[in-house]
Amino acid sequence: MNAPLSPTLARQTRPNRWLVPTLVLVVAALTTASIAIGYAAFDVPAAFGDWLAGRATLPALVLWELRIPRALLGALVGCSLGLTGAVMQGYLRNPLADPGILGISSAAALGAVAVFYGGLAGSLSLALPLGGIAGAAGAALAINLLAARGTGTLGLILAGVGLSSLAGALTALVLNLAPNPYAALEIVFWLMGSLADRSMDHVWLCLPLMALGWVMMLSTGRALDALSLGEDTAASLGFDLVSVRLRIVTGAALAVGSGVAVSGAIGFVGLVVPHLVRPLVGARPSASLLPSGLAGAALVLGADILVRLLPTRPELKLGVVTALVGAPFLIGLLFHHRGRG
Amino acid sequence: MRLAVEQAVFCVGTRTILDAVTLGVGAGEFVGLVGPNGAGKTTLLRLLAGLIAPSAGRVTLDGRPLGSVSRDERARRVAAFFQGAGIGWPMRVREIVALGRLPHHRAFAAEDAVDRAAIARAMDLTDTTHLADRTEPTLASGERMRVLLARALAVESEMLLADEPITALDPAHQLDAMALLRRVSRDGAGVIAVLHDLTLAARYCDRLVVLSEGRIVADAQPTAALDDSLLHAVFGVSAQRGTHADGGAYILPWARSQRTLGETRP
Repeated sequence: MNAPLSPTLARQTRPNRWLVPTLVLVVAALTTASIAIGYAAFDVPAAFGDWLAGRATLPALVLWELRIPRALLGALVGCSLGLTGAVMQGYLRNPLADPGILGISSAAALGAVAVFYGGLAGSLSLALPLGGIAGAAGAALAINLLAARGTGTLGLILAGVGLSSLAGALTALVLNLAPNPYAALEIVFWLMGSLADRSMDHVWLCLPLMALGWVMMLSTGRALDALSLGEDTAASLGFDLVSVRLRIVTGAALAVGSGVAVSGAIGFVGLVVPHLVRPLVGARPSASLLPSGLAGAALVLGADILVRLLPTRPELKLGVVTALVGAPFLIGLLFHHRGRG
Repeated sequence: MRLAVEQAVFCVGTRTILDAVTLGVGAGEFVGLVGPNGAGKTTLLRLLAGLIAPSAGRVTLDGRPLGSVSRDERARRVAAFFQGAGIGWPMRVREIVALGRLPHHRAFAAEDAVDRAAIARAMDLTDTTHLADRTEPTLASGERMRVLLARALAVESEMLLADEPITALDPAHQLDAMALLRRVSRDGAGVIAVLHDLTLAARYCDRLVVLSEGRIVADAQPTAALDDSLLHAVFGVSAQRGTHADGGAYILPWARSQRTLGETRP
């Protein structure tokens, strides 16, 4: 099978060329659908017309204050989770790595929960996400300091596991100390993750942080490819592994931290999406980054549409649905891998 | 092109892994780095590759300290082959070999004709062209090794450092790989390879550098380096020597030197 090289190349690049535009279209369609689908009958074009004309009609308000933020946040959070999942799996060379592996999600949740407990959430609408972002920033700082010696990824994973357990324990402590059962229940519900009742303020808060995080993580694509042959080979190919780690940890903290801060914890998306994308783009880590981000956005938007279409009231928490769908998928994946093993 | 270490010391905690090591390798030379396990061969190779910095002394590329050479330039001029980490993802063989071209275009540039030619050459030299579409987990260990060697060759560097490049190969591919490394050096690159097979090292290398307990104890033509007293003192073996009908001299480690021949012969 001495196949000439050119057909091989064509076969590898052809799906790539169409995949990203297709995913962009899917995300755009789902964003539109997310705006159109809600609990009240809603004339989207009319509302859009009112909003553009600057008329403060009820449909225009619903569109701008409720529907658009929810749809945009779904896309932003999903993209952050998918991209970070793909970066983490590539960087740690571990198909079971997820955006939470460095403890950033747990620390962001802890930050938000601490704000809840402190009672600040009532006084300032953005106090909760700001607390989450502060938690994520603290986590990124701690991880970078703990991993500062050496370039090994094992140390990074251990630091992440440690940080994750610590944040989890402190979150449990806050719940334990909650002044009344309703406060505890509110915290638990928030932790389950949801995009309901968010405003454009949330979008403006997380959009710049996420965009910066995405750029930092996307800039490591080639280093991730080189790292698939190990750290020594990657270093010999001219990659500065300390800078790579710094960009990945900081980028993940910005993207996932601000995501958790606005939406709570939405699990399994970051873990599952790269596995969905890989059969389409091949195993090269850099090839799966952008498609994973887009597929993550599509998945979260789809799940968020699903919770609104399901007859359950109050609506199921988004994080619960993604976990319910994601966990069986992961188990299936495990069997699939073992079958090929 | 000359890659050198001068009076290099490398310590981990209180342990001295390399002690005052001085070595220079130029273009067109095929140097074998031999020594018992734990002698510091791989550490010396990583030092030469610029992956670690010496605790004292210095590593130079054409007389310039390696630390002052930019990462990109170093990566283009000095390629390194390590296989300990394996291949992390089920990538296609051709994609793996193409990783060797990364130092030549950093930003989002695509593969160009020069890259494709280098990749095809490297795969041809290592007899991996027919594997181009295979993915990692389906490769036999010898195939994987040749693919990784092709990756290092695809850099088309002036210096090639190889950590145990023939360890998992069958005899035919061991001979191929040694002949290939010698050919790479004849084509003008310097080659430094960590080797355990003294017979093949002595037969193919221009020079053998013998490391023992972090020091260089011999640096000479193979037959001169591997004399009987060194084999006894460093490796604890005695060797059979001979000349093949084609005129090539060989050295064959035969027995632990502490014992008599009869006791270890099967």
